[in-house]
Amino acid sequence: MIKWFPKNSRGIQSPLLSTFVIFGLSLVGMILSESQPVYALPLYKVAAIPAFARKYGLPCSACHTAWPELNNFGLVFRDNGYQLMNDRDSPIWQNPSYFPITFRITPQWHRESTSNQPVDSIPGGGEGSTLVSHNVTQAGFDLSGMDLWSAGTLYKNISFQLLPSSDPFAVWHFESAWVRFDNIKGSSWLNFKFGRFELDNLISEKRFLFLSANGGLYQTYHFDVPGSINDFGIGDNQIGMELMGHNADSSTRYSIAVLSSNEGGTGLTESNLPGGPPSNRSFDGYMAFTKSFNAGSWGYEQFQAYAYVGQRGTYYQTTSGTPLVALGNEPFYRVGFAGQLHFKNLELLPYFMHGHDSAYLGAGIPDTIGLPVGAKAPTFNGGFIEGQYFVNPQLVFFGRFEKIDVGQQAFVNEGSVPGNYGNVTAYSVGYRYYPIMFSRAGLAWHNEYSISKSIGIVPESGDGSGLPPLLPTNGVWSSSIFVGFDFDF
Amino acid sequence: MTLKKLAVTFALGSWALATVGATSVLAQSHINPPDSALGAPSIATGESHIGAMTGHATDGEKLYIRYCIGCHGPDGNADGMNAQWIDPKPRDFTKAVFKCRSTPTGTLPVDSDLFNAMTRGFVSTNMPQWRSLTPQQRADLVAFIKTWSPRWAQEKPGAPITIPPETPDTPESVERGKVLYQTTLKCVECHGPKGLGDGPSAPSLRDNDGNPIKPYDFVNGSRFKCGTTNEDLYRIFMTGLDGTPMPSWSDFVDPNQAWDLVHYLRTLQRNYHPPHTAKAATKSTDQKGG
Repeated sequence: MIKWFPKNSRGIQSPLLSTFVIFGLSLVGMILSESQPVYALPLYKVAAIPAFARKYGLPCSACHTAWPELNNFGLVFRDNGYQLMNDRDSPIWQNPSYFPITFRITPQWHRESTSNQPVDSIPGGGEGSTLVSHNVTQAGFDLSGMDLWSAGTLYKNISFQLLPSSDPFAVWHFESAWVRFDNIKGSSWLNFKFGRFELDNLISEKRFLFLSANGGLYQTYHFDVPGSINDFGIGDNQIGMELMGHNADSSTRYSIAVLSSNEGGTGLTESNLPGGPPSNRSFDGYMAFTKSFNAGSWGYEQFQAYAYVGQRGTYYQTTSGTPLVALGNEPFYRVGFAGQLHFKNLELLPYFMHGHDSAYLGAGIPDTIGLPVGAKAPTFNGGFIEGQYFVNPQLVFFGRFEKIDVGQQAFVNEGSVPGNYGNVTAYSVGYRYYPIMFSRAGLAWHNEYSISKSIGIVPESGDGSGLPPLLPTNGVWSSSIFVGFDFDF
Repeated sequence: MTLKKLAVTFALGSWALATVGATSVLAQSHINPPDSALGAPSIATGESHIGAMTGHATDGEKLYIRYCIGCHGPDGNADGMNAQWIDPKPRDFTKAVFKCRSTPTGTLPVDSDLFNAMTRGFVSTNMPQWRSLTPQQRADLVAFIKTWSPRWAQEKPGAPITIPPETPDTPESVERGKVLYQTTLKCVECHGPKGLGDGPSAPSLRDNDGNPIKPYDFVNGSRFKCGTTNEDLYRIFMTGLDGTPMPSWSDFVDPNQAWDLVHYLRTLQRNYHPPHTAKAATKSTDQKGG
């Protein structure tokens, strides 16, 4: 039985129950209301426009199941280097006033609640105060970060993307920046990308429908066995180069990438923000193969197998203790499969990953010395099943169940933590309603509830909030209620 | 119930009511279904037949709303909200006049003509190649498109023309084709002496709706409007492009002359290589188009 209401979660139960009752009522109301019409004419014309829709005159729904998630037509468009392949893709064909740029931001109200947080028994601390476990809840109106996204063609068969992205405090970084040479030698099987980019994950975390702190990331995409010094996340944009190919309808695709072993860091560091530690000089590799099968009127059913092999340093060359370059590379890998399955209006996204780190990464020691007795390679298995139901292009319900089990603990924790230390269970449910669906701007009313449980560790959330519990056996429940207007322009 | 819980429940209840209310108020216009009272085929029974596939208009309607309505419009009459920005204009399905057919000029196309046109897209236009949809989905769209005009209920499609085997592509054939192009048929008037689409009549050309229309540029076009092969080119000028100034030449040329013209037109293309050479074996495909 799924335990929605943990016994020791004071302060979560009543609002949670109320949330679900009201949530359910609102969903019923949505279905029964007159939101059946599937296409909305604008109340007025606006001047500024989402890049590709303006360029080609297609509605958002042509490329997106529900933006930002791509459908198969959008995938083919992207695989072609953001080109329709109709001799009109070079920017010389566009009105000079057109500029391929889009903004996206989400004003919101949200509530975050986390259990088993160490708090001062006496607020403010001080003499006599101790740390005790307690719920911490925060709520209010807020802003998301902002994406300032530009993409398109520099010339026929030369495409690009530039994505400066900010957090809610307007601290900017380059989420993505690349140039791609498309259809080399006239072949769709040869496309070369260079820069910082998202890996060719069939289920894209960058284009999914979740926005809350706990739901707005795939836990599996960022999980490392607790205690391992590996920092890899397959959902993080990496920096390097990619050779990619596809057939005309993208029913067969491959991707091979060679990347710096620095988690997409810039400035030869392991971070894309200032102050990150220096990276090593080695390379990681990523391979993915995707195959689609014709399911008639349901569309294409897609399957992907992938593998990521990388290495991370275990010590630094230093000067007076200041790190200069990471050395002592030790390997890790992530392998698994993903699917994108369509059954009329229902879409299912299954995903599985097996992760394996070197025993040195799990021990956190330089690989110039011998491994401690009993040190083993940390491993985990994780995955999720996500469902989306499209009532029409303007209304989509979504949900996700995710589970991660640590198979082998990192040596640094071995013997001091339970076998399920670090395990994660997460649930998300919500809906998006798009009151306008046309080629000039996008707006979605987003409602979401997400909750995750982590054993003994700080929950992994998009806003980075939360503290590790006092005991490694404590289950930490972290929940998000999110209501917001997600718009792009 | 404590005051705090009451406040939380009230806030959540207000949110739910706002959700329901907003989605009702903000719901906008419907697609305007074809008026079967005027004789158009009904969505419920509309079908297409392409090979062994049967397309269904009921399924096609949902696809049309997702993919097509922005240009072709909720009324199927090319009055989509993006149509004003598009040149050439989208196809008006209510008139049932189509450029790319295998059937004689003035007749309806067969279902496979529409299917192939949708699959290929139209070069130099905003009409994409829809091969990312499954063949069944495209067949469903063809079935739905046919519900926009009563012509589909009142007339039968024309009989596809017969394309005879291609004659040898020789320098003599090319020379005969050149004479046809430059002198006999006066293709130069629209397509220009070098095939660039810059003939003296080009600036004044209008389609049947009065919109300016450009002749095809044989030199720079990556593929023809209605295909890529020699057979496709033969079919284009033997059936004409209905709705445009490009006529059918079937009453003016015999099949051998038509093949001569095909062979000459190929020499105008930028990537042309004489036949029986290694480079000629590399065909220009849709994938090379940009």
